[in-house]
Amino acid sequence: MQTALRTSLPETELAGSANFAPHARVVREERPVKTGGLPLSIHGLRKSFGSNEVLRGIDLHIPAGQFVAIVGKSGCGKSTLLRLIAGLDRIDAGSLSFGQDSQPKDIQPEDIRVMFQEPRLLPWARVLANVEVGLGRDRASQDAHVRAEKALTEVGLADKREHWPSVLSGGQKQRVALARALVSRPRVLAFDEPLGALDALTRISMQRLLERVWRDQGFTAILVTHDVSEAVALADRVLVIEEGRIAHDVVVNAARPRRRGSVELADLEGSILRHLLSADDRT
Amino acid sequence: MSLIDSISFPRGVRLPRVDGLVQWIVPLAIIAIWQLASVTGFVPTRVLPAPSDVVLAGWKLLLSGELVRNIWVSFWRASIGFLIGGSIGFAFGLANGLSQLSAKLTDTTLQMVRNVPHLALIPLVILWFGIDESAKLFLVALGVFFPIYLNTLHGIRTVDPQLIEMGRIYGMTDGELFRRVIFPGALPSIFVGIRFALGIMWLTLIVAETIAASSGLGYMAMQAREFMLIDVVVLSILIYALLGKLADSASRVLERLTLSWHPAFQKR
Repeated sequence: MQTALRTSLPETELAGSANFAPHARVVREERPVKTGGLPLSIHGLRKSFGSNEVLRGIDLHIPAGQFVAIVGKSGCGKSTLLRLIAGLDRIDAGSLSFGQDSQPKDIQPEDIRVMFQEPRLLPWARVLANVEVGLGRDRASQDAHVRAEKALTEVGLADKREHWPSVLSGGQKQRVALARALVSRPRVLAFDEPLGALDALTRISMQRLLERVWRDQGFTAILVTHDVSEAVALADRVLVIEEGRIAHDVVVNAARPRRRGSVELADLEGSILRHLLSADDRT
Repeated sequence: MSLIDSISFPRGVRLPRVDGLVQWIVPLAIIAIWQLASVTGFVPTRVLPAPSDVVLAGWKLLLSGELVRNIWVSFWRASIGFLIGGSIGFAFGLANGLSQLSAKLTDTTLQMVRNVPHLALIPLVILWFGIDESAKLFLVALGVFFPIYLNTLHGIRTVDPQLIEMGRIYGMTDGELFRRVIFPGALPSIFVGIRFALGIMWLTLIVAETIAASSGLGYMAMQAREFMLIDVVVLSILIYALLGKLADSASRVLERLTLSWHPAFQKR
């Protein structure tokens, strides 16, 4: 087990990350049906809101099935990057493509899903119906119920299927939102601070759940978070964004399932925090 | 049995049927005191007839068929006027809530019209329609229009934009988005509008019937006044109260059925 810490220019990242296979996959032998993640390539991505340039040229390659965390201070552009990846906003310049040879035909809207800080459940639909929303165009299909129930079971809420969202706790709501995102078997799952509103204990159990479903299903995971320890605990790779650019690209090589509070994770967390704080000192 | 058990026992066995009766204690008590005051001569019957006299008058009118006919006429006017005004208000609320263009086009005009008290139009309405049915329906529809319009508009505009974004991400078409996100989200506010409108509906109808009509409850009350039948006048007023309560209860039942997801309507 080794921990690699590496700071690189965006240009060298492409080559650098190619040899970085998601090592954790080897650990488990048995695995249910896996759709397989999509690789993601971003070149010279820019985005402005009015006169404010939020993203100033992002170059990034994410191999299929990698778990990438994006950290940075508020307003650094990390959420904007995630919204662009999820297709929620239009890009101003540059390119963003999924898939090896970027064949847009093979990629369905159901392949890319987002999970937000707020669960965004429909309060007037029961839990199961909320999960069915995630099926997208397959909502009307015969097996919609079965698929939704399966997704609910994966997040451990099968017994809550007929409940209203208003009676669930914050963590349970977020698990329903996760089931809704998972039900279409996405190949890319983008998380925008999904655990930001949860209490510390719920947050840890949710992190374990996220790690488990990611390992089971093998989607490409992109997690935006302000919590560096969360990023280090979950991700294969941590990107630090400063002023609209990728300032650091850090590989986390710790074995999975990760042990919280281990020395190597703490060291890594410390060095990433130093990066984040040193930017403060410079300005 | 401990002391605490014996104290908390009655709460534990509280029956829903008994709960339903509690709200009628005060009205019944008022009627009992009123009867007592009339019988003892404390209140002269020329000022206020005893409840028993009112019931008697009601019984006579019921036998003659006059009461049922007048209630039916009023009920019919109220419902049709409510349906017409309510649907137009709902349609404008939807259009202006969903389309910026429609809102820009009509909202200012509607807000100006809203500030004219609709009962002030009675002289004009009599000139236009005379005293036939359309006059009453027009006034009721106009009165009902605004609460439904305003609350539908408000309901649609305040639907959580994050839910709408969620719907779009999950590939909902415009129709689905309306059916599954926007309309259910606006429903609580629409019900507030309906309950306001029901109140205005009765108010408008009674005023209109009192001033210009040849049938209906308001007409019955005015006729009774001509002949100094004070028991019939009081009877009419009590029937308004009952009809108002009935309309409110109906909207509550509907609310309970459609808003069972809402924390405010869940069983405590």
